Amino acid sequence: MYDKIEALKKAENLKFELKKTSCVGMCYREPLVEIIDDTGRYLYGEMDEERAFEVIDKHVGQQNPVRDYVVQSDLFETVDNTFTDDQVKIALRNCGYIDPESIEEYEEKDGYRAIRKIAGHGMSRLDVIQTMIGSGLRGRGGGGFPTGLKWKFANNNKSDEKYIICNADEGDPGAFMDRSVLEGDPHSVLEGMIIGAYAIEATGGVIYCRAEYPLAIKRLQIAIKQAQEKGYLGKNILGIEGFNFDIYIKEGAGAFVCGEETALIASVEGQRGMPRKRPPFPAASGLWKKPTNINNVETYANIPWIIQHGAAEYAKYGTEKSKGTKVFALAGKIKRSGLVEVPMGMSVKDVIFKLGGGIQDDKEFKAVQMGGPSGGCIPSHLSHTIVDYDSVNATGAIMGSGGMVVMDETTCMIDVARFFLDFTQKESCGKCTFCRIGTKRMLEILTRITEGKGEEGDIEKLEELSYQIKDNSLCGLGQTAPNPVLTTIKYFRDEYEAHIRDKKCPAMVCTNLLTYEVDETNCTGCTVCAKNCPVDAISGARKELHHIDQDICIKCGICYTKCKFEAINLS
Amino acid sequence: MRIERIDIKREIDEQAVVDIELLNPLIEKYKNKKGNLIPLLQGAQDIYGYIPNVAFEKLSKETAIPLSEMYGVATFYAQFRLSPVGKHIVKVCHGTACHVQNAKALTTSLKETLKVDDGGTTEDGLFTLESVACLGCCSLAPVMMIGDETYGKLNGSQAVKIVKNIRISENN
Repeated sequence: MYDKIEALKKAENLKFELKKTSCVGMCYREPLVEIIDDTGRYLYGEMDEERAFEVIDKHVGQQNPVRDYVVQSDLFETVDNTFTDDQVKIALRNCGYIDPESIEEYEEKDGYRAIRKIAGHGMSRLDVIQTMIGSGLRGRGGGGFPTGLKWKFANNNKSDEKYIICNADEGDPGAFMDRSVLEGDPHSVLEGMIIGAYAIEATGGVIYCRAEYPLAIKRLQIAIKQAQEKGYLGKNILGIEGFNFDIYIKEGAGAFVCGEETALIASVEGQRGMPRKRPPFPAASGLWKKPTNINNVETYANIPWIIQHGAAEYAKYGTEKSKGTKVFALAGKIKRSGLVEVPMGMSVKDVIFKLGGGIQDDKEFKAVQMGGPSGGCIPSHLSHTIVDYDSVNATGAIMGSGGMVVMDETTCMIDVARFFLDFTQKESCGKCTFCRIGTKRMLEILTRITEGKGEEGDIEKLEELSYQIKDNSLCGLGQTAPNPVLTTIKYFRDEYEAHIRDKKCPAMVCTNLLTYEVDETNCTGCTVCAKNCPVDAISGARKELHHIDQDICIKCGICYTKCKFEAINLS
Repeated sequence: MRIERIDIKREIDEQAVVDIELLNPLIEKYKNKKGNLIPLLQGAQDIYGYIPNVAFEKLSKETAIPLSEMYGVATFYAQFRLSPVGKHIVKVCHGTACHVQNAKALTTSLKETLKVDDGGTTEDGLFTLESVACLGCCSLAPVMMIGDETYGKLNGSQAVKIVKNIRISENN
């Protein structure tokens, strides 16, 4: 799209400035083209070459915006205002508004003002830490530990070498908010780390970024280089005597457990990413056995804003124990998938229905999965739950890094639980017996249930294993691995029972529990199903009723998708 | 634990096809640096597409990191491959969002078309099929990635078509 517009601009010698920006969060309207003129901003969605050229011709050429294609604008009511109206953008404040590869554009948007404020006003380390404590910011990576306290501990441990690490190993399947921040506003993360380094007297910084995000790594590299050139990184930063700090990027090699801080440190040191016992906490003995502070991407992105606007301004948003805003990645069976940032305290229902526009094809909302493999499913009858750490925890799910995967009536909850167990079982580092073997046994039971071989007592066995794994695992991965199973048992026990006792999958997902049959009234005898059946399980002459031999049928579903007369019934 | 990754078949004569001299600049860069093992392995994989046995041996000899430690790290992380891969790596995302949007159909169709199992390489050496955890494009689910190109909102037959088109352009 960019190349095409650029070519058009050149060919017709048009006078406008063309820029690349990053994700604004409206993934469901992609590709997007935004035009900013003297009157304001116009965001055009679902663009193709023809439409984009039309917009450029009419809007740029004749100053006549094409309202039909505008999906969002501050100037008038648009279709997607419900998506943006209730959002409060702090961590994502620049995403989609600046060129992420330009430090000047970041500076124009008040970038690096926070660290200048610290230098200019002579804010002490304790002032900075006190501001963080006062803001109530809690770790956005999932744990929810107060950031200010973490900094205080790291500051209390004196050492000639200290480290600050940014956890950008976003491994939760279904979460992509950190990627968006890194790709859209890398300088905000750097500035957050620089402020943290000042507060705890860190001498070195590491961004541990997963290798699956090549664009994020590229933009971080550019940003680090720019910050070094401008003197935000290096020696005596902004004239603060003795404040020497630099950052380098460490590419992760693909291990979910490295999101755990002690495992992450082991990985940075070049070892297998296996967690170790705490204490000592990283604040006392972390990277290379030196005091280390670890926060995640979203946490760091919030920090410059907080320093600049003050703790009270940030604490205005949110609930009593969870202050500020949280970014959520909406995905799954939702109409408007994308990124949203909302104040803590909004209900899950509002996020999904008001911002997310509801369920695809207007099907019935069944549950939302929060917190990835460590989290759980919040069923529709609890959708009034508000998003803050404690309310979400009370349902058995966790806030996690902020993935919200929406599920409708066609999602089988046992299949979902099995999916997560398959993931955690593969990602278990193997150190603790209960996690290593327990998750394997749980996966076997779940697989058995989805294959129609479930036995009485399986649910109880799953529960027993769950509690043992939770109680006897060293790190967060093991302690939370059974959560998807426990929450689905808690809220969807009848679905488990249907699989085990009746050998039925109510959502019609588990292939082994399905039967395909020919509908006597609808079948026209067109022979399409018989021709396409890979195992020749369908018999019948032309223009006569067909029949599926259940002993041969492998339940591949090809007949169901090929039939044009809705003559294959699924049960 | 990824036990299945440890069982690897090797059929090629590495000595003949792997030019281990290519490792020299990499070793020069990371030798004697703290925490250099993972970047060394990543660098070796960038060069050869996987980490050949002979590369392990050379790296170990030159950096004095024991082979056992190298092998331990290489088998721990999902990124590292211990056998050669095809020219194009087809990564089918099996993250949560892709899973609920039926990513299984993509893998099944691709397996049938390419006649390989998950992790396998086609006979002509063009494609390696891999299932991966989240690629972070959840709003485009289900997603697959070939090289640096991401394809979203796919179904089985669309995925097959993309792969077939690549094969046609490769054969021309």
